Amino acid sequence: MKGLNELTIRGAYEGLKNKEFTSVDLTKACLERIKERNKDINAFISIFEENALVEAKRADEMIEAGQQQMLTGIPFAVKDAIDTLDARSTGAAKILDNYVPPFEATVITKIRAQGAVLLGKNNCDAFGHGASNENSMYGPVANPHDLTKVSGGSSGGSAAAVADYQCIFAIAEDTGGSIRQPASFCGIVGLRPSYGRNSRYGIMPMASSLDTVGPMGKTVEDIAILMEVMAGKDDKDATTVTDAVPKYSKNLDKKEKFVIGLPQEYFNIDGMDEETRKIVEEKIEKIKSNSEFDVEFKEVSLPYTKYGIPVYYIIVPSEDSSNLGRLDGVRYGVRSSEAHDLYNIYAKSRGEGFPEEVKRRIMVGTYSLSSGYYDAYYSKAQKVRTLIIEDFNQAFAQVDLLITPTSPFTAFGIGAKKDDVMAMYLADVFVSPSAVAGLPGISIPVGKDSKNLSVGMQIIGPRLSEEKLLNFASLVENI
Amino acid sequence: MKLEKEQVLQIATLARLQLEDEKIEMYSEQLSTVFDYINMLSEVDTEGVVETTQVTGLEDVVREDTVVESSEEKRQKLIALFPEKSGDLLKVDAVFE
Repeated sequence: MKGLNELTIRGAYEGLKNKEFTSVDLTKACLERIKERNKDINAFISIFEENALVEAKRADEMIEAGQQQMLTGIPFAVKDAIDTLDARSTGAAKILDNYVPPFEATVITKIRAQGAVLLGKNNCDAFGHGASNENSMYGPVANPHDLTKVSGGSSGGSAAAVADYQCIFAIAEDTGGSIRQPASFCGIVGLRPSYGRNSRYGIMPMASSLDTVGPMGKTVEDIAILMEVMAGKDDKDATTVTDAVPKYSKNLDKKEKFVIGLPQEYFNIDGMDEETRKIVEEKIEKIKSNSEFDVEFKEVSLPYTKYGIPVYYIIVPSEDSSNLGRLDGVRYGVRSSEAHDLYNIYAKSRGEGFPEEVKRRIMVGTYSLSSGYYDAYYSKAQKVRTLIIEDFNQAFAQVDLLITPTSPFTAFGIGAKKDDVMAMYLADVFVSPSAVAGLPGISIPVGKDSKNLSVGMQIIGPRLSEEKLLNFASLVENI
Repeated sequence: MKLEKEQVLQIATLARLQLEDEKIEMYSEQLSTVFDYINMLSEVDTEGVVETTQVTGLEDVVREDTVVESSEEKRQKLIALFPEKSGDLLKVDAVFE
């Protein structure tokens, strides 16, 4: 029999409902797995064992009283760049090593209101800066399928924790691929929702015009269940849209016609791993030859794709440098013990409390936004961003959804790209453009390469097309 | 494009970031590489293209400006986060020598 920690949300819900086990049993199974594996994988920065067991006991009482909802008693983990009430949230940077938020992200409050059990906080690239989880000041996260490889990033700890059965699901954040790319590397499902679909209140802000918060899980159905809970208007985040939240999980078997676009720019780039491409193309062939689906494929072109990364690496560091100004060692967080005047409280606390990548981004952003350079960088990037959005608009005038590989390659070795900044940035080449355009995208596992490493397929949809996106992803996930 | 060490130090000062002396050369090289790469945007013709400043289409999102009382418990939690304090007051070093 499978361990309880290996269950999906659906499986755990049914088991709790049928009194096959309790939330305390389920929570203990996850905590034992975390304790057994954390020294090797390092997916958790904080583990709240005692509190998790209290929450599990309370959930069992709710179930006993007939108050079970979908997430009642289900143990989960949260990326450490998301604030959790009275529970240490470091953002994976030492400047917040002792930070215990007196408030909580709206999406986490919604999930916990159902009685879900918070196990702990996941390691990540500090403040979401990275594609390998090596920019954490708490050490890298190993890929559960091969401990010498990276987990991907920035939500590497969340992806590894789900893939390694240390939690039932995880909540993370995606600014330019931080949910989809590690989901691909670790062989799980991860959704970046449309910008504005889920509230970002309580998410440590990175690039405010791109940041999203989304779910990571073992199946598309679990992702749909979570989106139903997470999505919706929040007065505390003025960018949230008022569009009604569909019953995502109810429509997953709906047979509808899909017109799918295959953007040529995502299958033919320098540095593309042949085996990765082949595995994604084989999956596409399987969809084509499956007589149960009404799917039409079309070749499309997104000519501005190659500008996605340069646009991303102007807009994001610029907004980063502004957002991270709040971390200064003055009101909260860690203040340098070496500082004895105001300038040095700022400079030394930030110098000691940020890892190299955070410093690089703040410097790129500060330079890009400085007087005389704004037009050449930030303004120019915002114009090219318009052209990238028009690319997608043109494609979605012809097709419902796009299929691409999530990453040009599978998980690389820990340390392999660490000092090559541009090589690391290019790891996000297939996930950045849709983020720049504010579109939803999901990564689902479609196989493993000859090194036993997971390959992910990305499905991108127009804004607020999550219902169709999840429906299609669910139909193809098991063929 | 080369960002010289002096420029890196100037940017770091503006951004209130202390850099380790032995890392400045590394940042100079890395930032130069990044700017060389992002400068490829200059080849894109953006004549007449409007900047994207937001993607939701939402405009003038407002709410009532209501005063919500904070609890003493929350106040104490915030005070507990101060790196240094004197009673309930936040303590900082002098701005000027």
